[in-house]
Amino acid sequence: MVVSMNSGMVDRFFANFDQQAGFEHGVRRLHATQMLATVFDPSSTNIFAPKGTPAQSILGLSVLVLGICAGIFLIVAGLLLYTIIRYRSRPGDENHEPAQIYGSNQVELSWTVIPILIIVALFLASARVIFVTQKIPKPATALDVVVIGHQFWWEYRYPKLGIVTANELHVPVSESTHPTPTYLTMSSADTDHSFWVPRLAGKTDLIPNKVNTMWIDPEQAGLYLGQCAQYCGVQHAKMLIRVYADTPEQFSAWVAAQQHVALQVPSAAAGREVFLHNACVNCHTVSGTEARGIFGPDLSHVASRATIASGSVPNTPENLRAFINNPSDIKPGVLMPAMHLNDHDLDAVTQYLSTLR
Amino acid sequence: MATHTPRRHGGVFDVLQEWITTVDHKKIGLMYIGYALIFLVVAGAEALLMRVQLAVPNNHFVSPQTFNRLFTMHGTTMVFFVGMPILFGFGNYLIPLMIGARDMAFPRLNAFSFWISAFGGFLLYFSYLAGSGLYGAGTAPDVGWFAYAPLTSRVFSPGHSTDYWTLSVLLSGVGSIGTALNIVATALTMRCPGMKLSRMPLLVWLYVVTSCIAFIAVSPLTAAQIMLVIDRYLGGHFFDTQAGGSAVLWMHFFWIFGHPEVYILVLPAFAFANEIIPVFSRKAIFGYPAMVAATVAIGFISMGVWAHHMFTVGLGPEANAFFTFSTMVIAVPTGIKIFNWLATMWGGSIRFATPMIFSIGFLFQFLIAGLTGVMLAASPFDWQLGNSYFVVAHFHYVLVGAILFMIFAAFYFWYPKITGRMMSETLGKWHFWLFVIGFHMTFDFMHVPGLLGMPRRIYTYEADRGWGGWNMIVSIGAIFQTAATLIFVYNLIRSYYKGEEAGPDPWDAWTLEWSTSSPPPSYNFAEIPTVHSRRPLWDLKHPDDPDTNYE
Repeated sequence: MVVSMNSGMVDRFFANFDQQAGFEHGVRRLHATQMLATVFDPSSTNIFAPKGTPAQSILGLSVLVLGICAGIFLIVAGLLLYTIIRYRSRPGDENHEPAQIYGSNQVELSWTVIPILIIVALFLASARVIFVTQKIPKPATALDVVVIGHQFWWEYRYPKLGIVTANELHVPVSESTHPTPTYLTMSSADTDHSFWVPRLAGKTDLIPNKVNTMWIDPEQAGLYLGQCAQYCGVQHAKMLIRVYADTPEQFSAWVAAQQHVALQVPSAAAGREVFLHNACVNCHTVSGTEARGIFGPDLSHVASRATIASGSVPNTPENLRAFINNPSDIKPGVLMPAMHLNDHDLDAVTQYLSTLR
Repeated sequence: MATHTPRRHGGVFDVLQEWITTVDHKKIGLMYIGYALIFLVVAGAEALLMRVQLAVPNNHFVSPQTFNRLFTMHGTTMVFFVGMPILFGFGNYLIPLMIGARDMAFPRLNAFSFWISAFGGFLLYFSYLAGSGLYGAGTAPDVGWFAYAPLTSRVFSPGHSTDYWTLSVLLSGVGSIGTALNIVATALTMRCPGMKLSRMPLLVWLYVVTSCIAFIAVSPLTAAQIMLVIDRYLGGHFFDTQAGGSAVLWMHFFWIFGHPEVYILVLPAFAFANEIIPVFSRKAIFGYPAMVAATVAIGFISMGVWAHHMFTVGLGPEANAFFTFSTMVIAVPTGIKIFNWLATMWGGSIRFATPMIFSIGFLFQFLIAGLTGVMLAASPFDWQLGNSYFVVAHFHYVLVGAILFMIFAAFYFWYPKITGRMMSETLGKWHFWLFVIGFHMTFDFMHVPGLLGMPRRIYTYEADRGWGGWNMIVSIGAIFQTAATLIFVYNLIRSYYKGEEAGPDPWDAWTLEWSTSSPPPSYNFAEIPTVHSRRPLWDLKHPDDPDTNYE
């Protein structure tokens, strides 16, 4: 309820910008009438293609700021260009100096006051988006997710649902009639990180010993990409983010599957033995087993994920086997050590992990 | 100079001894400049390697570890061992000459400051040989030039590479404070008769403000380095988050230095523009008092904007709003400067010698850099663009498009004074045009991947994001800039031997340094001059219509 009131505020806010920025108006009409027909490019991380309220409010402000700055640029650069051409030295000028003018207080005053007025306007527009985004109460329908940054992967915990997963965040689509935003409570287990999915919202840092919050409300089902935006060590580049915005049905199904204890497929018993009798258990959790490590990603449902190594490569048996064999082959600098398993054990443990749907 | 000690010629050791033991402000200034030029080439080569790596997605030209060292060393070197020394070098050389003095106020402090800074630079690069200490294989620092905690703690940065970074920045800070002190003391106490503060050349005014910023801004950085050493070796917990320390505290310490640092670097560039643009427009600077006031305003406001580097840290909406406002306000005095330069050219007779065309490039590029700065100041926009390639493009527009362009302009302008010979105008124009093309290819197009979601400091990127083509253009631009810089270095060397004789005043300029011979004698002025206006040489050249009538 609070969010719908709030999106009303946001709409009015946009209506103000519409008068100044016709471009923005066009974008919104397209969005309203052709939402289903819009081409959805899942690989895009373009800040000009927002699919959530925070990213959209930011874009509205950005277009205003860009427009004003472009106007200032055209005027000042035009004046500079005119001056340089008009007052260039011409043959014969060497013999006399131009009139010496030392200044004018009136002129100084005008180019002090006008910029101040522009700045006050820009500040007010910015302040509005700051407060609309960062200072709204959490609605009762919101989903809570705890995000913990690690070198170099993401841990996601759903405290009210009893789910722990990694690297691929599943959230429900938030419809304007029934808003279900997701509130992220964020911190870090080691160094600083930053959570940035450009089409959903601006970035928020994950800082050890500090708790930050942000919210997202994807308006269209699909995959949204992003990546860590604060340098966090060797593999900062491969700390990728995948946010799946699920329809209500997809989300319920996903939640139900994740809430299951990890499968114990009889045919994978040998691989499970390898897993449980190696150092794997020191860092990884598989629910329903003695594996309760917390340094690495929870593997209870690892086979349900599309990628491994924080989005680095697709989750195929070949990639999984290669990663277990020597993680640094796929992701140099990753903290997981090479496990030095023989081929038989490697095949078995790969097969076991592939059953953890 | 008549000297009674027998002169010894030719001995390398004699020359070395003369330069190592010198306390002459001009020699120290030249050592600063030469030292900075060497590091400019080194850090430029590091940038080139990074651009090769990023030209195409999923490249394996360098390893992630190497890439992380490259951007750390590039940033640290360019800020502390290129930007600061080259600007202090020009300040050292020019300030006594422009105020009619024979040396800086504290010549020995001057030498000390140079050598301690120089030692810092060598220490930083020594890390390539000795970084890991006990492990035997050397590595350079890889924590980024702002070295955020807790990545710098011993848990995440074992070995000694981070210590080399800390100590070299600490030493550079000591040198910077020493030189800043010297500049302020010189400007306040050593001016020639008649030179009231209101007649002091704008260049000197700007260096005084820069130096005052350095006092306030460099001290917290230096303190933070000591705190980091305490954390790493003496069991302190200032930034040790695992023991209750604060990562955000480091950010505050760093950026309360880091943002004023931008003004420490850019004010000297403005200072050069204040001297060069009037001479080549053949007009007095427009609005001298407004220029001084705007500079002092920038100095004050620059102290209150640091947390715009921290809009995504979670300081809360109130703090974000405050720093949005304070950051935008700084655009006002900066705008005043641009308008005054414009008004100086207005009605003038503009001569497009190499120093002036670099200054014109500076004006356009600084305008764009300022406007992208306003965009980033709007904190919600920064939530998207902060730490993206848009930011990298923005601050390179300031550092290269504004500061480096004015440094090039300063070289072409004062080289005749320093060496007695003109630099080649033909090579200068080649340098300018190649550099302009390269600069715009690199830094205009670098904004785009940022808007498309590319964060900085990644050694490689996914092929499907649509960043590849933009990065290729950016990298090609770097080649142009490299070629242009090589032409510039060649021009510096060639002109020393083959350049035209300059005479004392080749540009028909108006400040005191042009009243003495080129190069100036070690005592600068045979007789200390007396001035009656801001442009003493104008008064001499135009006795019928001196400036004294109008001030």
